[in-house]
Amino acid sequence: MASISAAVIDLKRLELLADSDSPVHVIDARAKVLVTFVFIVAVVSHNSYELARLLPFFIFPTVMIALAGLPMLYLARKIALISTFALMVGIFNPVFDRTILYQIGQWGISGGWISLLSLLIRSMLTVGAAFILVGTTGFTAVCQALERLGMPQLFAIQLLFLHRYIFVLADETGRSSRARELRSCGRKGLGVASFGSLVGHLLLRTWQKAERIHIAMLARGFVGRFHAHRQSSFGKAELYFLLGWSSLFIVLRTFDVTGTLGTLITGIFK
Amino acid sequence: MSHHIVEAKNLQHVYPDGTVAIKDVSFCITHGESVAIIGANGAGKSTLLQHLNGCLIATSGQIRIGDTPLSKGTLPDIRRTVGMVFQYPDDQLFMPTVFEDVAFGPLNLGLSGDEVDQRVVEALERVGAGHLRTKPPYNLSGGEKKRVAIATVLAMAPDILVMDEPTSGLDPFARRQLISLLREFQHTKIFTSHDLDMVLDLCQRTIILHEGVIMADGPTDEIFQNEELLAACRLEKPFSMQGCPVCNGKTNTKCHDAG
Repeated sequence: MASISAAVIDLKRLELLADSDSPVHVIDARAKVLVTFVFIVAVVSHNSYELARLLPFFIFPTVMIALAGLPMLYLARKIALISTFALMVGIFNPVFDRTILYQIGQWGISGGWISLLSLLIRSMLTVGAAFILVGTTGFTAVCQALERLGMPQLFAIQLLFLHRYIFVLADETGRSSRARELRSCGRKGLGVASFGSLVGHLLLRTWQKAERIHIAMLARGFVGRFHAHRQSSFGKAELYFLLGWSSLFIVLRTFDVTGTLGTLITGIFK
Repeated sequence: MSHHIVEAKNLQHVYPDGTVAIKDVSFCITHGESVAIIGANGAGKSTLLQHLNGCLIATSGQIRIGDTPLSKGTLPDIRRTVGMVFQYPDDQLFMPTVFEDVAFGPLNLGLSGDEVDQRVVEALERVGAGHLRTKPPYNLSGGEKKRVAIATVLAMAPDILVMDEPTSGLDPFARRQLISLLREFQHTKIFTSHDLDMVLDLCQRTIILHEGVIMADGPTDEIFQNEELLAACRLEKPFSMQGCPVCNGKTNTKCHDAG
C-alpha cells in the first residue's frame, strides 16, 4: 500500500530534522527532555473544561519551531493526524454532557463541546511538544538522555528498538498489502481468512528482518549501548533553558494569566 | 601470526529445526588472499559466512582469526578484525543519515568525535560516496546503498573483508564499478556469490560448497574448467568462459562479422 510506505518515509523525515545546528538543536538532550516533560505535565494537569488557560502554552511550540527552523506545515499535518485519535476519544462528550456552561447570545454551549475542544487543544500541545523534541534532538539522543537521567539502560534500548521496529513493520506491511491488493482485483481478496494469514506472515517476516538488522548491528560492534554523534554537556545554557521554560510553565499553570490579562484589558476600556 | 588469517576446523552447524547447514568444513585462508565461496541455493554459503565473525556459533568445530580462537570473550576484537558486508544493504543501513550509519561502527569502537568524522569521510570517499553523506539511506539507489554498506564496514578499519553476494541486484555499470573498487582493496577478502564472472575477475581461489560440504578448494581457473564438478554442484561455467551464445563458440568471428 503506497500510503503506508509514504507515511513511513514522512515519519523518517522527522528524524532527519534533528540533523541541524540551530540554537535549539545544540542544547543538551537532557534539558529538552526535562522541559518537554514539565510542559506536558503542566498542560495535561488542567481540568477537562479548561480552554482559555491552555492558550498561553502555545508560546512554547511557537518559539521552539521558530528558533529551530522546523517546517511548520509538516508538523501541523502530523499533529492533525494524531489529533484525530483524540477526536475519536472525545467524540461522544457533547452527547453525554449537555450541561450548558456558556451562553453566547441565544446559543448555549454545553460542557461536552468545551471538554472535547479542551481535549483537542491538549493533544495538539503535547503531541506537538513530543514532535518538536524528536525533531530537534533525534530519537537516539532522546533515549540516551532518558538513560542519563536515570532510566534503566534496558528500557532505553527497548524503546529505541521499538522505534526501529515500527519502521521495519511498516515497510513490510506496505509490501505485503500491495501484493495482496494487486491480486485481489479491486475486491476484498479472501477477506478475514487471507488477512489473518497475512498478519501472521508479517509477524514472522518482520521478526526475521529485525534479527538480520540486529546481527548487522552486532557485526559493527554494538554491545547494547547507542552513541549519539552530537556530543554535548549540561552547561549554563542548558540550565537557563530548563529554568526559564519550567518557571514559565509553572506560572502559567498556577496563575490564570489569560483571565488576569482579560480583566486588565476590559478594566481599561470600562 | 597475522590477524589476516582465517581458519575453520571441522565446522558444523545444525539449525534448531534439525537442518544440518554445514558439515565438517575446514579451510585456511591466508593474508591477502581473495577467496570465493560458491555453491547452489541452500548450499550453506551464508551460514558459513556468518560463522566468520560470530554472528552464528558453530554446533561443533572451531574458527580462528589469526591467533585468536572465536569465543564469547574474543567476539568484540574479532568483529573489529572481520568486516562483514551483508547481502541486503537494507538490513545493514538503519540510521537516519548515511553519515550516522557509517559513524555507528567507529562510535561503538569508542572513538572520539573528530576521529569518527575523519573515519566516516575517508570511508565514504574511498567508495566514491562522499556526496551522499547527508542523505537518508532509504533514498539511495541499489548501487549507492551497496557502496555505503561497504563504507560502514571500512570505517571500522577491518583486516578481513567478508561479503555476502556483493554484486546481487546491481545493474551492469554499478556491478563493474563495484568490482573495480573491490580489486583495489588490499584486505584478505572472502566472497560468496552466484556471479561467477565476478569470482573469475577477483578471486584466485575458490571453495565450492554443496549441501554443506566442501566439494572443491583450489585455483579458480582450474575449478571453472571442471564441468563435471560444476554440474554435480548445480553450477555452470562463468559466461565469459562459455562460447558465443549465438553460435556456441564455434564460429565466433563469423558470428560477430555477420552481426
